[in-house]
Amino acid sequence: MTYQPSSLRIAREAAKRRASQRSTLIAALSTFFIAAAVIILVTSASGFHKVSDSFFNWHHARLSFPSVLSGLWLNLRVMVIAEICVLILGLLIALARTSISPVLYPIRLAATIYTDIFRGLPLLLVLLLVGFGIPGLGISWLPSSTLLLGIVSLVLTYSAYVAEVIRAGIEAVHPAQRMAARALGLTASQTQRTVILPQALRKVTPPLLNDLVSLQKDSGLISVLGAIDAIREARIYSALTFNFTSYVVAGALFVALTIPLTRFTDWLTRRQDKARNQQGQF
Amino acid sequence: MSTHQPVLSLRNVRKSFGDDLVLQDISFDLLPHQVTVLIGASGSGKSTLMRCINLLEEIDDGQILLDGLDITAPGTAADGIRSQIGSVFQSFNLFSHLTVLTNITLASRKVHGIDRAVAEAQAMELLERFGLSAKAHTYPDLLSGGQQQRVAILRALITKPKLLLLDEVTSALDPVLIAEVLALIGELKAEGHTMVIATHEMGFARKVADELIFLEHGSVAERGDPARLLTEPTSSGLQAFLAAMRTAGRL
Repeated sequence: MTYQPSSLRIAREAAKRRASQRSTLIAALSTFFIAAAVIILVTSASGFHKVSDSFFNWHHARLSFPSVLSGLWLNLRVMVIAEICVLILGLLIALARTSISPVLYPIRLAATIYTDIFRGLPLLLVLLLVGFGIPGLGISWLPSSTLLLGIVSLVLTYSAYVAEVIRAGIEAVHPAQRMAARALGLTASQTQRTVILPQALRKVTPPLLNDLVSLQKDSGLISVLGAIDAIREARIYSALTFNFTSYVVAGALFVALTIPLTRFTDWLTRRQDKARNQQGQF
Repeated sequence: MSTHQPVLSLRNVRKSFGDDLVLQDISFDLLPHQVTVLIGASGSGKSTLMRCINLLEEIDDGQILLDGLDITAPGTAADGIRSQIGSVFQSFNLFSHLTVLTNITLASRKVHGIDRAVAEAQAMELLERFGLSAKAHTYPDLLSGGQQQRVAILRALITKPKLLLLDEVTSALDPVLIAEVLALIGELKAEGHTMVIATHEMGFARKVADELIFLEHGSVAERGDPARLLTEPTSSGLQAFLAAMRTAGRL
């Protein structure tokens, strides 16, 4: 039995195609006009040439690029190490905060105090306290490398955020899921590992990756401790030339690093949505 | 407008999800104050058909007419059409953050622009008529399944839709609760509401249906007078379906 589309279907699909062409055209036009308006507004400003010369100078961009890029290698190592530590520590804190056993009460209390404090403290202050305070104590076996202390500060601050995100995910899993797992005879920790956490982490993937992107950016702050990262290199360059373009170069490199993670988040979320899109039930 | 113009007409409706053809060549007319009941195994296309009628799914081919107006024509404003159709779902889908009264009045107030006091008076009248007025200020999660589903039906009813779609509204309920929901639908039939009902309750189908349609693999396998279809099915598909229903004690 062969199916021939009716003239009705052909007409309807043609109309849909026309409508979609029209919306593409409208989107293109509106983008063009808004972009043109912004460009005209900015370039016609009286100080435009001065600003563009000190922030977007091609000559300085080319000259500062190699040193800023070499500084970025430090940021990259900080990001990767800190991200891994943050995910592990954040998960442990979230598990501690959602535990119910009375024996674990002190741990629960400590986890709560920890998140309360480190979520509230500005990262800059944590960096200064850890970066200058710990070496200042003069205890010989404590690490004194700026790089390591910078990573510790980032991990301390971001684990508190990530722990709260993961905890929200754990609490968003329906209680009946836990009951069903326990009814099958799974222990509390088996339930947590095989039933609750997989669902919880899936629920919070977008905000979790959001925090990681934010952490990547903030890795630039360790320059306040004197670590020679991309931002520090940019500052050195601008101090020598009285031109800020090197900062813009560093900024562009940071954006280039975070975009892949953002796109990955989008892709992951979309794939999840698609896989779970139910069909059939009204 | 002639009184014999169908409220709903389906003409050769076809729908597929990718390569999966779920509805094929579905045609029927539903006259005012009549009830069409869809039966068929799970996956036969009943729910998809319901979703196509209130434009939650876009059909591939054919036409759906509401009061003679082609609602599947390009450029039709789906919101305006849906506000003329009341829909009730298998899993109630009441808004759990709103009270019963607010659930019922939401569409009148937001979509039809009716004053809150007027909408609430109408809702209270409905709740009273169906013995639910004590629950007006309760949140849905505190109600039994049967009460929730009755509230969901009233929510669909309050805007006086031209057409009511009831999709397996008793499938999630136990027999006692099923009875209270079916009693309510029986009253709606007596009041002359035009409805399309998908159900697995054969006795109920026989009672309320003006036309019974048996769907099999997305096509109409048999249709007609409910008493005849349920007692003397001619197609082998319906015979097998009814035999399975009988074995399950549902007939």
